[in-house]
Amino acid sequence: MSEPLLQVRGLTKRYGTRLACADVSFDIDPGEVLAIVGESGSGKSTLLSLVATELAPDAGTVSYRMRDDVLRDLAGLSEAERRALMRTDWGFVRQDAAQGLRMTVSAGGNVGERLMGLGERHYGRIRGQALDWLGRVEIAADRIDDPPTRFSGGMRQRLQIARNLVTGPRLVLMDEPTSGLDVSVQARLLDLIRRLSAELGLAVIIVTHDLAVARLLSHRIMVMRAGRVIETGLTDRVLDDPEHAYTQLLVSSVLVA
Amino acid sequence: MTALLTFQDVAKSFTLHLRGGVVLPVVGGVSLSVAPGECVVLGGPSGAGKSSLLKMAYGNYRCDAGAILVRDGDAVVDVVRADPRVMLSLRARVIAYVSQFLRVIPRVSALDVVEAAGREGGLSEDEARARAKNLLARLNLPERLWSLPPATFSGGEQQRVNIARGLIADRPLLLLDEPTASLDASNRAVVAELVREKLAAGAGVLGIFHDSEMRDAVATRIVDVMRFAQARAA
Repeated sequence: MSEPLLQVRGLTKRYGTRLACADVSFDIDPGEVLAIVGESGSGKSTLLSLVATELAPDAGTVSYRMRDDVLRDLAGLSEAERRALMRTDWGFVRQDAAQGLRMTVSAGGNVGERLMGLGERHYGRIRGQALDWLGRVEIAADRIDDPPTRFSGGMRQRLQIARNLVTGPRLVLMDEPTSGLDVSVQARLLDLIRRLSAELGLAVIIVTHDLAVARLLSHRIMVMRAGRVIETGLTDRVLDDPEHAYTQLLVSSVLVA
Repeated sequence: MTALLTFQDVAKSFTLHLRGGVVLPVVGGVSLSVAPGECVVLGGPSGAGKSSLLKMAYGNYRCDAGAILVRDGDAVVDVVRADPRVMLSLRARVIAYVSQFLRVIPRVSALDVVEAAGREGGLSEDEARARAKNLLARLNLPERLWSLPPATFSGGEQQRVNIARGLIADRPLLLLDEPTASLDASNRAVVAELVREKLAAGAGVLGIFHDSEMRDAVATRIVDVMRFAQARAA
């Protein structure tokens, strides 16, 4: 069996007396898609911020297998190392595109910026790769100079994906990437995420409240409630034969169209 | 020769937490096995737990007790206790499952759905493409439908896509849950032929076929699940 790409141990975070994340542990293998599901306030987004080292935990560790194959505790990285990692080997697709994109910079600039972070300085190559990635996320080439403020919600999310994937990351975090979109727009985005993550062998942690999204995209699922992981396992097993009372409630609350 | 699939004293019930924790027994004391080249058909009325047995063998349902052993080359894996990653790897290489319903993925064409299943099952791109076309043609799915997503297909057309998807790769263990339920006689005959080819190649089948013609065409043995249903309360 392969070595884990990411190893999370005992992550705990309190806001005052409220436990937002309680002793959460899991591993992600290369190419594996994990869905974290739960209702609002279950702590799933807090967990993602802790994994992304955007939030400091009260206890616990996040370790990542670096390109040199050494598993390192991210808390031990220098600020420069940490930022370099997040800019190249990791991606983060946010629910609110305004947090994941530079809204006043052109689409091409949004994609190119991460390449420049890798040291690429050749304008023609940057523009060429930006064009290639816009095409892969189905954004027309003639929109390359438009800023995302002129894009629809679905296009903004696709642009975020291009911006994140252009550097060839091995791990991508996604926080409710499809919520707030029309159903048809959502289907297109989901198909894109599914295809690209399989093609590129990406490891993905996706936070969603939508069980259908989890079923379509993920291999494994983790159900959270009040900061705790209450059930975890093979996605279809957890959804089709949920063990915990809360998971049974979540599954039975979905309207079938 | 070792069996491809062995149930050892398996029991399953559902606990409905939202209904005050009421426990619904499904099956108990299930012991059966499927050898290479064998097509074991589960018999018994609906509600007796036939589909549940297939789902347990696929790792889709949990078990309360017992072991379900699946042969993986020279190794044997207990599906009941297998880690999710081991289970996914078994599904990719060893176990094919064909249900009555296709879970449609928006925007993906029928041909791509089948081809992708072949790639997941370890076929090369060219081989997967060629087999996908061959299977869809044999199953009489009109070629004009191949490039369309199956969402708008009829039940029978979706089911044929599902069968092609389940049978395209060379997985040695097939779990077939009423794969011919909404097919006409000529297409049922095609499916029977496909299943017999798999058996001849050494695969094993655990299946449910309500249609007696289909059952007679493929079954090498019939196991009545009522005895497991009666053992469940014990």
